[in-house]
Amino acid sequence: MAVKFPDESLKRFDEIVRRYPKKEAAMLPVLRLAQEEFGYLSAEAIDYVARIMETPVAHVYGVVTFYTMLNMKPVGRHHIQLCRTLPCALAGAEKISALIKAKLGIGVGETTPDGKFTVSEVECLASCGSGPMMQLNDDYYENLTEAKVAEILEKLK
Amino acid sequence: MEKILLRNIDAPDSHTLAAYRSRGGYRALERALREMSPERLIEEIKASGLRGRGGAGFPTGMKWGFVPKDSPKPKYVVCNADESEPGTFKDRVLIEKDPHAIIEGTIMAAYAIQSHTAFIYIRGEFSFGAKVLEKAIDEAMQAGYLGKNILGSGYDLDIILHRGAGAYICGEETGLLSSLEGGKGWPKVKPPFPATHGLFGCPTVVNNVETLASLPWIIDQGAARYAAIGTEKSKGTKLFSVSGHIRRPGVYEVEMGYPFKRFLEEDCGGVPEGKKLKGVIPGGASMPVLRADEIDGVRMDYESFQAAGTLLGSGGVIVMDESACMVRAAWNIARFFAHESCGQCTPCREGCHWMEKIFRRIEHGEGRKEDLDLVLSVSGNIMGNTICPFGDAAAMPAAAFVKKYREEFEEHIRQKRCVVLAA
Repeated sequence: MAVKFPDESLKRFDEIVRRYPKKEAAMLPVLRLAQEEFGYLSAEAIDYVARIMETPVAHVYGVVTFYTMLNMKPVGRHHIQLCRTLPCALAGAEKISALIKAKLGIGVGETTPDGKFTVSEVECLASCGSGPMMQLNDDYYENLTEAKVAEILEKLK
Repeated sequence: MEKILLRNIDAPDSHTLAAYRSRGGYRALERALREMSPERLIEEIKASGLRGRGGAGFPTGMKWGFVPKDSPKPKYVVCNADESEPGTFKDRVLIEKDPHAIIEGTIMAAYAIQSHTAFIYIRGEFSFGAKVLEKAIDEAMQAGYLGKNILGSGYDLDIILHRGAGAYICGEETGLLSSLEGGKGWPKVKPPFPATHGLFGCPTVVNNVETLASLPWIIDQGAARYAAIGTEKSKGTKLFSVSGHIRRPGVYEVEMGYPFKRFLEEDCGGVPEGKKLKGVIPGGASMPVLRADEIDGVRMDYESFQAAGTLLGSGGVIVMDESACMVRAAWNIARFFAHESCGQCTPCREGCHWMEKIFRRIEHGEGRKEDLDLVLSVSGNIMGNTICPFGDAAAMPAAAFVKKYREEFEEHIRQKRCVVLAA
């Protein structure tokens, strides 16, 4: 299947590019749009972005691999990103990590076979006073306890 | 103490234009546009003594003053909202609770250097904050604080909200500019400085969220009032984010020069009951740790932290009591920097991974006698040998942990296990 923005996204693409003094500056928002549209940034998606941004594929590939929020593999419907950096670690993030992995039966960087959950461990998300914390898709969940995490996972299952 | 930065955050709907205006918001901008020339505004900020709150502490007015007035190129202002320094979560509070203070400050900075396009570069993970800011920018536009002919002054400005995509290095100002230009967040060699060769090679000022949010109060109340707060060289108030083993974590606004020990024990409630303080990182994970016996007499300002052998940095205070393993803490921080190194400079790209690997093996009972000197050698070879301050930021804490808690590291190596967490 050829990768291409539907009309609606093409309109958004034009709006995004128009906002910037130079087209090249629109790279991150355009990649984000592509990720929303296609789920993840496959080789075909990267080719397509390079074409519409009028830039070499190698440049787009370099950008995609540089940033942690741009995914070259599909991620689950619920993407759990647990902070592992010092303040959260001091607050007990390792225990929370062990619990999440045990509950879902997968390791860090893996997705459940049903495609529902992906677990990542990430660096500081600027929520250090309310650790341990995780980001679930767009939202922050703070002051996590084992009971709280178990409840969140149960609801999503 | 009168609050300057956190003055609005507890008001109902503090993020809305109506609430902000009802508390005197945009009054300072009106005054600046009506009564002050750009030069006069720069002088006023110079006189306030305000220094950049992103970490480096460079005088804000002076930074603006470096922008050439006669450049034929467009000029840009960028608000650095890429808050990513471990232990720091103050900008997030301002973004979510007082976005109009950031916008008002950004307009003032742009007016001062006569820029007509400003960007707010917000870290990609702040989805909620981006929504709040987007709404606030729309409100400001509708009310005539942005766009063409702002408040009838003849001055035009647009603010573009730009979301990052997950990379600590984009908080470094030239890395941020590379990212905003659509590439990897690779820092650039300075000089030339962004003031003359910034975004797309044009004159650019990059200021931190907290710096910009300080501006409306300074213009409203006058530089002299601001300069009367704090110490001789560190003026005004500063936000400190407090985390780790502390009873009342959170964001605090502190007058520069406040006693650090009193702050930790009284304002923040001290370490949990029955525990002893072991160490504290005062300025975010990239700053050297202080041992418990080193905080006596230290004051919360740029000079005093520096005299104590560390730096104020971003004001990210990470507290560790005796239950913390310093090898594990050093490993955690080294792992952060190994993950976040942009890979451009060899000493940093290679050295950060070496330090992470060495700390990891010590913590897991596989350390070697020569490892501690090896860490010091690696960190010493990173220091000062990289394009941007990231290298120093990785090297300084690693060396400080080893030097200040050497016995604990040696004990791990001797006993071939973690001697703190096992206890």
